[in-house]
Amino acid sequence: MAKKESRLGVILAHAPNVSAIDEGLKSELSKKGVVVTTLNHLYNWGRSSSIWPMQFGLACCAIEMIATACARYDMARFGAELFRASPRQSDLMIVAGTVTKKMAPQVVRLYNQMPEPKYCITMGACAIAGGPFIDGYNVLRGIDRYIPVDVHLPGCPPRPEALLHGLMQLQKKIESQEIEKTAWYQKGLKREYPVPEFGPRGLIPKFNPEVWQPRAKDNRKERYGEPILIGKKIKAPDLDAETLRRASGGPAK
Amino acid sequence: MRTEEIRDHLQSLDSSLRLRIVLESLLVENPEDLARAVRALKSSPRLKIDFLSSVTAADYLDFLETVYHFYSVELRIGPVVLRARTRRDDPKIPSLCGLFRSAELQEREAYDMFGIRFEGHPDLRRLFMWDNFEGWPLRKDYVQEDSDVLESQDLAWLEKNSIHVSQELKTRALDLQARGLRADAQRPAAEGPANSGAP
Amino acid sequence: MKNKTDTPLTEDFDTQTLQINVGPQHPATHGVFRMDLTLDGETVVRLKPVMGYLHRNHEQIAENMTYAASMPYTDRLDYFNSMSNNFGYALAVEKLAGIEVPERADYIRVILAELTRIVNHISVIGFLLNDLGAFFTPLTYAFREREKILDLFEEIAGSRMMCNYFRFGGVKRDLPPGLLERIRTMMDVFPRFLDEFEALLTDNDILCLRCQNVGVLGRELALNAGLSGPMLRASGLGYDIRKVDRYSIYGRFDFKVPVGSKGDVYDRYYVRVLEMRESLKILDQALRQIPSSGDIISRKAAPFLKAPRNFKPPVGEAYGRVESPKGELGFYVVSDGSPQPWRYHVRAPSLINLTVLEDLCIGHKLADAMVILGSIDIVLGEVDH
Repeated sequence: MAKKESRLGVILAHAPNVSAIDEGLKSELSKKGVVVTTLNHLYNWGRSSSIWPMQFGLACCAIEMIATACARYDMARFGAELFRASPRQSDLMIVAGTVTKKMAPQVVRLYNQMPEPKYCITMGACAIAGGPFIDGYNVLRGIDRYIPVDVHLPGCPPRPEALLHGLMQLQKKIESQEIEKTAWYQKGLKREYPVPEFGPRGLIPKFNPEVWQPRAKDNRKERYGEPILIGKKIKAPDLDAETLRRASGGPAK
Repeated sequence: MRTEEIRDHLQSLDSSLRLRIVLESLLVENPEDLARAVRALKSSPRLKIDFLSSVTAADYLDFLETVYHFYSVELRIGPVVLRARTRRDDPKIPSLCGLFRSAELQEREAYDMFGIRFEGHPDLRRLFMWDNFEGWPLRKDYVQEDSDVLESQDLAWLEKNSIHVSQELKTRALDLQARGLRADAQRPAAEGPANSGAP
Repeated sequence: MKNKTDTPLTEDFDTQTLQINVGPQHPATHGVFRMDLTLDGETVVRLKPVMGYLHRNHEQIAENMTYAASMPYTDRLDYFNSMSNNFGYALAVEKLAGIEVPERADYIRVILAELTRIVNHISVIGFLLNDLGAFFTPLTYAFREREKILDLFEEIAGSRMMCNYFRFGGVKRDLPPGLLERIRTMMDVFPRFLDEFEALLTDNDILCLRCQNVGVLGRELALNAGLSGPMLRASGLGYDIRKVDRYSIYGRFDFKVPVGSKGDVYDRYYVRVLEMRESLKILDQALRQIPSSGDIISRKAAPFLKAPRNFKPPVGEAYGRVESPKGELGFYVVSDGSPQPWRYHVRAPSLINLTVLEDLCIGHKLADAMVILGSIDIVLGEVDH
């Protein structure tokens, strides 16, 4: 009996017109075990299907991130199940949860420590813009004030399906990158983002103008209506008077 | 036990305690007596208070107040609520850490948020905010920063790190600085605190 | 002067303690908790917890909005148990405003709170095993069961995690048809899973070696430090607010309060397993007793569902507490007669349970410190609120 041999040959052509090769010829070749592809495609295919995220949870969204990695949603299907605890070993930072002003310097530092190429997904409304906690004195209104973000993932918290969708969007982005133009092979690459410092009332600086700029006009009110916060009060309740009133059985105010 | 009974009971244990009923709680009129009142609660055979559940503070504009919720796990009694008031400009309350260790973190939290100094606390530092943070954020007159407008210290920092700042942002920041205003979410400092009722 | 390199390794060998920092980004700190540790070799001699990395100003925000608007924020306190947090806040405000809860709503509340307890305890055990080194596999099984309950929550409230389902005086909407049967189906399957889980863990040699006599917490210290929930009960004090306060309708159910004997990590693990079984018992009784129809929100509170700014409780204060899966969750609310609270405070069990972390860890190895932290069961959203 003849031994069936299975062989796979890959022809890599680093030429711009190789993708223009006839589709019929391509499929004919692939039946013979020869795959014709571009280096670009192979490079991006490898990167996008083995993203190693950083095991880095901040708040509620982190639990949904864990749920995504668990059996039911199974992030491993997309090659991104290998959560690394060290930023030095990871490609993707999922900022899952509220970034407070106290935590923001650490997040920026972690991002700086990741090797190129690196990507960032903000998971949940808090990481995008402060979310429901936007009015807090210790809440950073979005991590994109200090580091560049590739995919924003809205929700509070986003469902695991949404995280998978965000991951797929990131894969699309990776696949559209070109090896000759990628920033991390260029000379003089500087992708260290300055780490903010603690000031007396918040972080210094309040944002990095090279990464983020405030909107010219704040149209939150026009878009979303009256703010949910009512505002501060100027008259304290008089609990002593209320005690006396209760004791004397007087009418309630 | 009703609040009046608890008051009379405590005063029978320690006759020098001055207690006043506020709603369903007992106000220790002289905050220095707080530790003595708690000791009386602990030693009382009828109450046997052994669990300090919650320690918190509140800002009533004229004064600051701390509120304590006690329970007796053994006798299933509670809550017995004590409160103590202190001046707003120099708030001082004796710490209960020596009697109940559960006060440790909660007093630190109250210090962090209201600036009440708990005297006798072994490690009174800010709990949540960083050490060089200024102000007491849960006081009603705390004004938080506007996080969309750069201020002069931001500009100095950005310049030191050689980060380009657009002219528009610079002008806004310098304009604020020239007018002596802070970029605040509510209103500028020149107009006084956001809360005009504050002392 | 003695040359140190020539000194033989004897007992008086001059060593130095080592100071290390764990967190805020660390896989074993359950979020953004930070520990400042001093080690002698591998033994912990000093431990200072540092928190605030998730301080989201819950109290400040709640004091600036209506009472009802704070309800979704309580979900995000302890994000494993949104239903229990809702319960505590609803109880406090109902006390403040003098609102009664209809019977059917009370049963729905209890059913959901007990389901939440199961979700929490099963996840905690999963995370505890993560800390013990059984990385991710037990957690995957725990999360499989958790997902089944989250599906029920989603059906009831519309959201998996942040349910925002309770309202003052009742709940948001009635249960969807057929839900009680689905809870019953879940309950039939769950004990089998628990048996399987226990068969693998409870008598497991590695688990026993790593957990028994580690982080022993005495009864007096536990009480004095204000510990509550499974932490207190593992130390031998059967103090359960469901039994003591009999809030809501817990007085109607027959259940036991599991108590540990030693107060070590193993007891804390086992108390949680037993509590899940007791929760199933409560669920079983509640499902049998729940009235098939009736109001789900009290008449007095119903108008405020659509107009939360008209809800103005009278001047006064209230402290409502529930037995959340983590411990005693209390809400202290002061009203000045306006639509927003004057003071709003959360008595967070996770935060107060951390008081004894240093006492438990001193003298143990660094690896055990992680396990002890895991057994305390903290959630940073609640610690830092």
